[in-house]
Order: sequence, then structure tokens, then C-alpha cells
Amino acid sequence: MYEGAVQDLIDELGRLPGVGPKSAQRIAFHLLAADPADVRRLVVALTEVKERVRFCRICGNVAEAEDCRICRDPRRDLAIVCVVEEPKDVVAIEKTREFRGRYHVLGGAISPIEGIGPDDLRVPELMVRLADGTVTELILATDPNLEGEATATYLARLVKPMGLRVTRLASGLPVGGDLEYADEVTLGRAFEGRRLIDV
Amino acid sequence: MSLYRDEAVVLRTQKLGEADRIITLLTRRTGRVRAVAKGVRRTRSKFGGRLEPFSHVDLQLYAGRSLDIVTQAETLRPYGERIVTDYGRYTAGTAVLETAERLTVEEREPALRLFLLVIGALRTLCTGEHAAPLVLDAFLLRALSVSGYEPALSGCARCAAPGPHRAFSVPAGGVVCADCRPAGTASPSPPAVALLDALLTGDWLAADASDPGDQREGSGLVAAYLQWHLERGLRSLRLVERV
Repeated sequence: MYEGAVQDLIDELGRLPGVGPKSAQRIAFHLLAADPADVRRLVVALTEVKERVRFCRICGNVAEAEDCRICRDPRRDLAIVCVVEEPKDVVAIEKTREFRGRYHVLGGAISPIEGIGPDDLRVPELMVRLADGTVTELILATDPNLEGEATATYLARLVKPMGLRVTRLASGLPVGGDLEYADEVTLGRAFEGRRLIDV
Repeated sequence: MSLYRDEAVVLRTQKLGEADRIITLLTRRTGRVRAVAKGVRRTRSKFGGRLEPFSHVDLQLYAGRSLDIVTQAETLRPYGERIVTDYGRYTAGTAVLETAERLTVEEREPALRLFLLVIGALRTLCTGEHAAPLVLDAFLLRALSVSGYEPALSGCARCAAPGPHRAFSVPAGGVVCADCRPAGTASPSPPAVALLDALLTGDWLAADASDPGDQREGSGLVAAYLQWHLERGLRSLRLVERV
């Protein structure tokens, strides 16, 4: 146990995800030895993230204004909405530069075992967005795990009567992997979703 | 036995650290086991989609002090693939998994009969031959029975007087006769109680033909009975889609 401020800092750092008591101690002593200007920048960043960042009222992504950067961008296609679980997924898809529509962040996936149902996610907000008829295609880009698939199944069933085109991201073999190591489910899906090669 | 091999159903997965998961398993020989699957969240993990909930897998595990480590995994039946294509089946299936986890109080205590019941319930949900809520209620009644909480559905739960009786008392353990009936006991409709009996004994012909109203009433009784014995309600039961 250290005295006062050092121990307080270690305790606070230790509450962060993935930071154990040893790591917390290492970070605390690093900060103690660091340049005061660096520490001040960290303090400002921490304060600002709580003060300035909020959630976009349209898509639920993290934003610094009422609406996020993507929802404000007039070049984005209003007719296509891509549904994702977390803001992290928006960043991952943006990096591909393949998608020019807008997003809808659910804030998680349906997981009955954790007590999370459709009403705990931003599903009602999605239905409101789809109601006015501007959106013609809904891309379901929830995680390719069980909860993500269940969420996609639920949304597809909910949205289908509205006459939209509902698509699901393809799943199959990862680029750069070996076929022999693919599990049966993934390999089965890769076969199911095989496509014609145009030569 | 530092390395051992067992068959298991994946009950639950929880994120651990950067790319790992803690997998809760119901194994054929060892009962409920919690094991770490290292790197399973990476897209290039050797486990891929094998360790998702509902999967029936053949595993090699390394016995650790508190948590085991999954070293190899082979799929026997990927039940989740089929179950997840129907939201009603998915919610019923999740309640099956949560019940199995809650009924195995101690880790590493063999629970072969419960294991077989879980496999049976998942297989039936996959085929879709019976309505998902009925499969769930049948599983719950049988799982409670193999755990020692079989409800009395014909003879009185207290004095064993032969039935049929009208009153159903959850604390007493099933139907009760007019003399044993505690104050404030519910009187469900006789067909609802008959349905529970059909589900417990596996009379699917009668269960499938039952009235939706009786099915709802029966589900309510099963849920109350389950909650009484688990002491705490199932989280997933609230989200199960009923007819």
C-alpha cells in the first residue's frame, strides 16, 4: 500500500477493463515520472470525453454535436442504413471505404441470458427512422456470433412487412487463412454463399 | 489428469480480456465446467464458430485450478445454426441453457441426465416438430424432475390422495387435495394441468393438440414452479416468445 494520492490513482486505474493491480501500479508510476504537460493533456482528454461526447440523435453513434459527422454529411446515401451493434463497428466499416450509406447503432445485441431484450436496444428508434419511407435497404451488420445472428433474425422479421430490401453481411472464410482450419459452421456458410466467378 | 477429453454443450460465453472468452460448458462426464478459450474472438482463431452457445462439441481441455483451458474443439452438432434462424426458438433455447446452468449448482459434479435432456431439447428445437414454448416447458419440468423437484401432477403433493385435484400449490410441490390446500392457492384449469402431465411424461400427441390458452396457463405454472425452486427468476424467461 502506498500513501494517499498514489494509492488513489492505482485504485482508480485498477477499475479500468483489462487493467490488473500490477498494471495499475506500473501506469501510476509512469504518470508520476511523466512530463506534467503530458499528464495535463491526458486530464483534458478525460474531462472532454465526458463533457463533449454524446450520442447522435439519428444513429446513436458517438458524436460531438446533436448529429454525428456521418449523419451530417450530405454526400452519404440516405436510402441505405447499416445496422451495427457498437460505435466501434462503425469505425471498422468506415475503414473499408466500401459503404456510402448511413448507420444505426443498436448499443448491443439481444442476449436473453444477460436479460437484454429488443426493448433494451435502440430498436424503436430504428423503426421510427424506417417509417417515413426514405430508406430502401437495411443492411444487418451485427456480429457474426449467436447473439448477433439472433438480433439480425429478429430485426429482419420486424422490418420485412415494411417492404424494404433487408440484407445480411456475408460470412465465410477469412482472407489470408487456411481452409483446413476453418470450422464446420464457417466453411458451411462459405459454401452456401459461394459466388460465380466472371471471367 | 491435466489434459482430458469430454463432450459438452456450450451454455454461455463471456468476454475475457482482449480476445479470449470464458466458456461455460455442460459436459457429459464432468458436469458444469468453466474454461477459457484463448484468442477465440480473433477472426483467425482456430476455434472459429465452434464455441458458440448451443454448440455440441467434442473438446480437449487442460484442467486448471479454477478455470480449465480449451485446447482443441471439434463440432459434433452445431445446434445454434438452426435455432438462431427462428427468434422464438432462440429465446426458448436460451432459457434451456440458462436453466441447465442454474440447476448445476456445483461445478464438476456429473449431471449426465441433465446433459442428455439439454441435447434432446436442442435437437427438438432444431427440427421444429413441436412448438418452441412447449419444448421449453417439457424441458423445464423434466430438468426439475431429474434435479429432485418433480411436481406432483395427479396425486396430492402432501397426502398423496389420488387425483385429479383442482388446486395447484407451488410451495407444496404440485396439485393438492381440498383438505391439504393452503389458503390462497391457485386453481388452474384441468386441461392446463393435464398438459403439464403430458409434457412431463412425453405424450406429445396430447401436448401438440392442446389449446393455446391452456399452453399459456401451463407455462405460467411451470415458470412459477421453476422460480420457486431456483429461488431467483431466470433472466431469459421474460424474453421467451409465447403463442
